[in-house]
Amino acid sequence: MKLGGILLPTFFRGKRAEKIRRPDLASQWQLMWWKFRKHKLAMVGMVLLGIFVFMALFAEFISPYPPYDRNPAYVAGAPMGIRFFEEDGTFHMQPFVYGNKAQRDPITLRMKFATDTTQIWKLQLFSHGKPYRLLGIIPTDLHLFGTDKGFVHLFGTDFTGLDIFSRTVHATRASLGVAIIGVSVSFLLGAAIGGAAGYFGGALDSFIMRFIEFIRSIPTLPLWLALAAALPRDWGPLATYVAITIILSLLGWTWLARTVRSKLLATRKEDFVLSARLSGCSDFRIIHRHLLPSFISYLIVDVSIAFPEILLAETSLSFLGLGLREPVESWGVLLFAAQSIRAIDQAPWLMIPGIFVIVAVLAFNFVGDGLRDAADPYAR
Amino acid sequence: MFSFLSRRIAYMFLTLLLVSLVSFLIIQAAPGDYAEIYAAQKAVTGAVISQADVQALRVELGLDQPWYVQYGRWLFKAVQGDFGLSWTWRRPVGEVIAERMPLTLAIAFSTLLFMYAVSIPVGIYSATHRYSFGDNVVTILGYLGLAIPNFLLALVLMYLSQRYLSQSVGGLFSPRFANAPWSVAKVIDMLQHLVVPVLVLGISGTAFLIRAMRAALLDELDKMYVLSAKASGLSPMQLLLRYPVRMALNPIASTLGWRLTYVISGAPIVGYVLALPDTGPLFLHALLNQDMHLAGAMIFIYCALTIIGTFLSDVLLVMLDPRIRLE
Amino acid sequence: MEPAVENPVLSVKNLQIVLDNGGSYIQITDDVSFSIGRGEVLALVGESGSGKSVTALALMQLLAQNLKIAHGEILLRTQSGSSTDIAKLGTRGKAIESIRGARMGMIFQEPMSSFSPIHTIGAQIAEVVQVHESASRQVARTRASDLLAQVGIPDPVGALDRYPAEFSGGMRQRAMIARALICGPELLIADEPTTALDVTIQGQILELLRNLKKNLGMAILFITHDLGIVAQMADRVAVMYSGAIVESGPVREIFRNPTHPYTRALLEAVPRLGDLDRGRRIQPISGSMPNIYAVPSGCRFHPRCPVAQLPRCSDFAPPVFSKGEHLVACIHGEKAFGP
Repeated sequence: MKLGGILLPTFFRGKRAEKIRRPDLASQWQLMWWKFRKHKLAMVGMVLLGIFVFMALFAEFISPYPPYDRNPAYVAGAPMGIRFFEEDGTFHMQPFVYGNKAQRDPITLRMKFATDTTQIWKLQLFSHGKPYRLLGIIPTDLHLFGTDKGFVHLFGTDFTGLDIFSRTVHATRASLGVAIIGVSVSFLLGAAIGGAAGYFGGALDSFIMRFIEFIRSIPTLPLWLALAAALPRDWGPLATYVAITIILSLLGWTWLARTVRSKLLATRKEDFVLSARLSGCSDFRIIHRHLLPSFISYLIVDVSIAFPEILLAETSLSFLGLGLREPVESWGVLLFAAQSIRAIDQAPWLMIPGIFVIVAVLAFNFVGDGLRDAADPYAR
Repeated sequence: MFSFLSRRIAYMFLTLLLVSLVSFLIIQAAPGDYAEIYAAQKAVTGAVISQADVQALRVELGLDQPWYVQYGRWLFKAVQGDFGLSWTWRRPVGEVIAERMPLTLAIAFSTLLFMYAVSIPVGIYSATHRYSFGDNVVTILGYLGLAIPNFLLALVLMYLSQRYLSQSVGGLFSPRFANAPWSVAKVIDMLQHLVVPVLVLGISGTAFLIRAMRAALLDELDKMYVLSAKASGLSPMQLLLRYPVRMALNPIASTLGWRLTYVISGAPIVGYVLALPDTGPLFLHALLNQDMHLAGAMIFIYCALTIIGTFLSDVLLVMLDPRIRLE
Repeated sequence: MEPAVENPVLSVKNLQIVLDNGGSYIQITDDVSFSIGRGEVLALVGESGSGKSVTALALMQLLAQNLKIAHGEILLRTQSGSSTDIAKLGTRGKAIESIRGARMGMIFQEPMSSFSPIHTIGAQIAEVVQVHESASRQVARTRASDLLAQVGIPDPVGALDRYPAEFSGGMRQRAMIARALICGPELLIADEPTTALDVTIQGQILELLRNLKKNLGMAILFITHDLGIVAQMADRVAVMYSGAIVESGPVREIFRNPTHPYTRALLEAVPRLGDLDRGRRIQPISGSMPNIYAVPSGCRFHPRCPVAQLPRCSDFAPPVFSKGEHLVACIHGEKAFGP
């Protein structure tokens, strides 16, 4: 009882304190969090990014089939709709897909697939399928969903009978991976070069700034394309992956470098830095306790803006066949199959991975906007 | 003003020089030189070419010289419009590019026009009707515009028009005009075909500019001079167009160079996907076939275009803003 | 608190301004009342954050979007006595726009940013005439150069085509005054017009305002935190603290006989010539102005007041006492004014 007596009032006090916000008393991070949370789209973006990260980590679990499992019984087949009602209106508690019949078109001699409404393949949660290692460690054969008999292809299959859903889920890894590694390299380059410019100033500073202006004034995509095209064709997929990532990050660091430099220069002259120096703070303490907190939020914003840029660039490169290549799978690599108008006319579902690209870029932009608003919590 | 211009021109030439160096290095970076490729091609046709012949060709083409000599030669010729031979086309690079360049320029220019013509009024509307239904719609469309890769938009538009209009959007002319002499009808046909590339190429730039215009205008609306103009009795509409919009146009106009860079950057992919007879497919095929003489020249020309465009936009900005003019 | 003024040009009654803090309203000013007679200078005095600038903006319906007039009247009277309640006019529309700049002019603290940097001074001044009197461009420009001459700008015709960046701060404030007065308003609201200027320039601008008042006969609402300026400029004073007027009256009376402890503290804090000889030390006011999220109950000044009587001062709003035109909102007013 005593416990309750102590806990309850604090609990209520906590509640009330949140209701009546005191912007005059809140800390910088608290204000930023309030502002960020008010940005509904940013919260949506956070959730979406969480889902993407989950997909990347547990791709084998979420996808019903391994990405290289061909289904000869369903080649270039359309997405199969999940249903609760049969054609005649019969309701099933358990969702199902209709079965399929393969027929050869008498004129074109191509295989065609028709929905067979007499067959009902029930969907199962946590069904057993091909064995794999979860997170590369735990051996299991559990998949998020599967069917009791037959097969299910939510996004259809491509011209070789690969399940597009499984491939798209797996491709999250490479797409986000390139973006994360690319942004990290960009960040390191930007922080180092911008930091050097801001710290040393003088001739080095103006040289670096001119150089950045130069890079900015040239069209980057053709340059990326040319650099990617110059990569030797006989490099393995991993080497290509690394090389492409580095090429992408090579031209993306300029925004960060400028932010680091200008913030360093601006804050170095601020009164609070001077007063910290006068009260005997060490250089490290000044940088760590005073300079960094005053502009770290701007760096986070720049990073969040760099993500979608690199993601889009990688997708474009891979789509053109100049970026990542099979067997590495990214959304752009999957879209490579949708290059010709003939292909998308026959199998428009080949463009589905593109939706993932759009959603991912949207999510990054939402979060970036929320961060940008929150970065300066003292602005109105 | 004069010193600004002369400084700016000097800087432009320096940048062009740097870009030419980068282009040259890209040509060099590709595996194999022209002599080897030439030999390989001849070998395909059955001709026997010895290593000595290749070496002789190399000396003849100056490929045995150190790189800076080669660069100097390349640059000297490039300035005169001679970018060497394209081995995929078996024609002078300059000639191949010249055929297709006007279309690329037409698309880029129309796209820029489209972007600014749409984004400025929409941005003004969005800023003055903040958080209204219309503003929210614009914001959502803006997010989508920024998120859709332009090749994907091109694919979707192609698919839709193929399926539902049974009309191909690829190319620049309808089949019946393809080989017809120039006429009013042909020009109209071409403009109709320009709509899709301009839309695809301009959509994300437009989205970006709308956001920029909205933000710049909102910034200006908070300024003291707006309050003081209001205090002297100007109505919101008179005031808006005379002061804040005019001020907000400055940062928008100053990014004209970057917008141009962006358009030129996206043009090759869009041209390639939409199968336009412009430089896009030319460039990508050159890259995929490692026809580096052609690709290097294209890069140089793309870069030169944006650098000159940026210069022009800077001059425009100076004309717009008396503060820079006064310095 | 409303002192009696004969045929005032402007009278403000119980003006209450609130801040919309995401759904909840926070009071910025509380029952502010004052009147300004024709040709009179009223100084509204207070520390920064006391609500004096917000009050000034409210008089012209120029409040920022998150601020609202919740209650009260702002009556602008014509010579003949008919009045318009500005508080009911709303923030936009012909009615309020025909008052702004024509019947009431306003000048601001920042002469640097009060003009658009990319338009000429002449265009920005002439435009006011064009808007209110639908005068031609040429007529408006002539009027503008006349007024620039009147506010003491050398080469007024040439100045028309110059940009604000070519003017010094003092010159810009003169141009600003010309812009506010070009349509001959009955009232000029001057929101700390000299705060951002050098002391010598400050003196020149004050003198200019005094001369203009004498020649043109308009009333001035002078908003300032500087009691020295008040002594030079004002006929009457209203002292504002934390969103409420605590004391008001003729300037001599207030300076000779300050009654509210806050007014007294303000006067104590002003250095005077000869202070050191007389061994007088400047007395700073202890504590600081309450922020708007935590306004004290009762008399807002009681936490800083040296003569507060608790719990009377903390529990009840202070009573108002008057002697002639001198009004004070303090429990000590009774003693000071006598029965």
